[in-house]
Amino acid sequence: MKKIYFDHNATTPVAEEIFEAMVSYLSDEWGNPSSIHWAGRAPKKAIDEARENVSALLNCTPQEVIFTGSGSEGNNLAIKGTVFSRKAKGNHIITTRVEHPSVMSTLKYLEREGFEVTWLDVDTEGMIDLAQLEKSITPKTVLITIMSANNETGVILPVGEIGRIARAHKVLFHTDAVQAAGKVPLNVKDINCDLLTISAHKLYGPKGVGALFVKRGVRVVPIIHGGHHERRRRGGTENVASIVGLGKACEMALRDMDEVSSRVRALRDRLEKGLMEKIPYTTRNGHPENRLPNTANLGFEFVEGESLLLNLDMLGIAASSGSACTSGSLEPSHVLIAMGIRPELSHGSVRFSLGRVNTAEDVDYLLNKMPPIVERMRSMSPLWSAEEGKRAEISFEEKGH
Amino acid sequence: MGNTVNNRRVVVAMSGGVDSSVAAALLKEQGFEVVGISMQLWDNSSEEDAGASTPGSCCSLEDIHDARRVADTLGIPFYVVNFEEPFSREVVDYFVESYTRGETPNPCVKCNQVLKFEVLLKRALELDARYLATGHYARIERDESDGLKLFKGVDPEKDQSYFLFTMTPAQLEKVIFPLGPLTKTEVREHARRFGLRTAEKKESQEICFVDGDGYPEFVSARAGQREGEIIDRYGNVLGSHRGLFRYTVGQRRGLNIGGAGGPRYVLAMDMEANRLIVGPEEELLTSGLEAREFNWIGDVPREGEKVTAKIRYRHPGVASEVILAEEGKVRVTFSTPQKAVTPGQAVVLYRGDVVLGGGWIERAIKGNVGQ
Repeated sequence: MKKIYFDHNATTPVAEEIFEAMVSYLSDEWGNPSSIHWAGRAPKKAIDEARENVSALLNCTPQEVIFTGSGSEGNNLAIKGTVFSRKAKGNHIITTRVEHPSVMSTLKYLEREGFEVTWLDVDTEGMIDLAQLEKSITPKTVLITIMSANNETGVILPVGEIGRIARAHKVLFHTDAVQAAGKVPLNVKDINCDLLTISAHKLYGPKGVGALFVKRGVRVVPIIHGGHHERRRRGGTENVASIVGLGKACEMALRDMDEVSSRVRALRDRLEKGLMEKIPYTTRNGHPENRLPNTANLGFEFVEGESLLLNLDMLGIAASSGSACTSGSLEPSHVLIAMGIRPELSHGSVRFSLGRVNTAEDVDYLLNKMPPIVERMRSMSPLWSAEEGKRAEISFEEKGH
Repeated sequence: MGNTVNNRRVVVAMSGGVDSSVAAALLKEQGFEVVGISMQLWDNSSEEDAGASTPGSCCSLEDIHDARRVADTLGIPFYVVNFEEPFSREVVDYFVESYTRGETPNPCVKCNQVLKFEVLLKRALELDARYLATGHYARIERDESDGLKLFKGVDPEKDQSYFLFTMTPAQLEKVIFPLGPLTKTEVREHARRFGLRTAEKKESQEICFVDGDGYPEFVSARAGQREGEIIDRYGNVLGSHRGLFRYTVGQRRGLNIGGAGGPRYVLAMDMEANRLIVGPEEELLTSGLEAREFNWIGDVPREGEKVTAKIRYRHPGVASEVILAEEGKVRVTFSTPQKAVTPGQAVVLYRGDVVLGGGWIERAIKGNVGQ
């Protein structure tokens, strides 16, 4: 069976050159990078180089990079680590309703622990209102955490402006850049952020490793206590091979981003335009311009998105309804609901997220296979028949006049 | 593509138990293109007690895990679909409402009716499947008149046709029961032969969405409770009850009314007066019942014909005569009086092994029903 992967926002295939770079740290160079002796030397050097590669992608210093075990861990450390260290100053946090679960659940936990959280609304295109953000800031506000780009819709949030507002009010700003990294330029100086999260497996690197940028001078208390690792901010012997993979992924992202992004954008546009032309009653979810070049989130009316995904899977086409849930089951998207998308339409929404391995043939395969599936599914829907009836009447009237 | 004769795709509803596992394995062996689906119906865990589980119930996350591992063993595609919303609306709400009406609900029938044979069947057809298969012990076969009929499963101990009386002709066309011709022992043997991890798994008997505290706490948490009097048929007050939903017709234990006159049983609920009516065992006997929302799968019994009525799942059945009443109601007269006719349970009628139809018991009838 053909296998076509349109789910790069969930994870990406590990690039050959990244795999090659990692391998020796799972075999010959097995030493502990903290050791003073010969065995630790090569792993230590590899970690240092990886840290430099990460800092180059983000335009920060290597000392401002903390390696983590995942994007979720990075978000947890950024949020808990800063608000716990600022309890004396205040207990108010500002975020949006469209964050990743690792931010949302962390904040809900903190709400139960006595913190106050302002959840900013988004408009129908997934954008926040900067004036509303600024108005929400109080003397008690200790952190603003807002994602750089949304995982479901690809909508890019105005992090540069958010950073300026945060700085003007002397509030820390964290951005979850897990989806944005490698797809659009990320420069912590331009963004004006104090903390920024990335994850390797969205960048053609391995799972189980990420990094958190923490601006020099920003205090973060650890959530994993341990030894002196990562400047005492994250305990645990370094996952050397994976860190090497992350470093290589950042190097690759910096090197290839422009070329890959423009190629992927063209494919995404071909896919989106094609589906919207071939399948009536299809709408785009999210801002038309301000979004990642690889993501298309489309709503197909009168169709259950879950069934559509299963049908596509049986043809070897991998797509998703938004976020991959732990149990593998699908829930209505909190992102689309926050955008005010009608529940019926959000149930019929599918996310296609493309990547460097995709080709025009992949897109055309989808454009050939998907319209008949939607047509068949709609033919079974009573709502669709009613709609068809209405349309037939209208065209009859038009002919009559 | 399309529902052609060559379409060999079957969706199997996999609960994570041995029965549906074997159903999937047998269909795969017969050359069908099998797709396994587990329904996620109920999730008790919240953010506060993340990781806590509700053990021992059907459709729990552990069971979904078992189903997935069986699908891996069989090498078939497997999906989990989230039906928590329709389950809560159609089964859990019905369950609570039924108790608050003074009835004893049968959530398994409701789950089959709405979740399996409406929501999941629709999903299967959307996946271009020719059939939906489940692990029920029942048979669907064509009779002489070329109509599809529902029959008891071959294993008298396991026959589950009672739970399937709501099936419609359209559903009978699209559903298959691979275990119908098998006994439970044979099913376990097949499971071992296929090397399925569920081969020795115990049956789940509890209601899947009710945890350790039992259903009364579940109902009272949702519907509240109102204490009231326990009386006998003559109006004598014998004690007090803690909410009528805590009792079921025929129940003896837990009444806490001592005194002379031998053991007493729950006879009925007087919802308006919020009183529980009890009496000696012989007063549990009734000569018939009236059922509502009756669904006929086979033909309606002839006048005076004796058919077999089952008034609860484990009931052996009693020869009965049937009269159609208005608004889909049916009156059943037993040839010998039956104990503990329980409103809210189903009455299912059989001619031999054929299911004729069934409905929900509304009330017991004393005396001669026909008049």
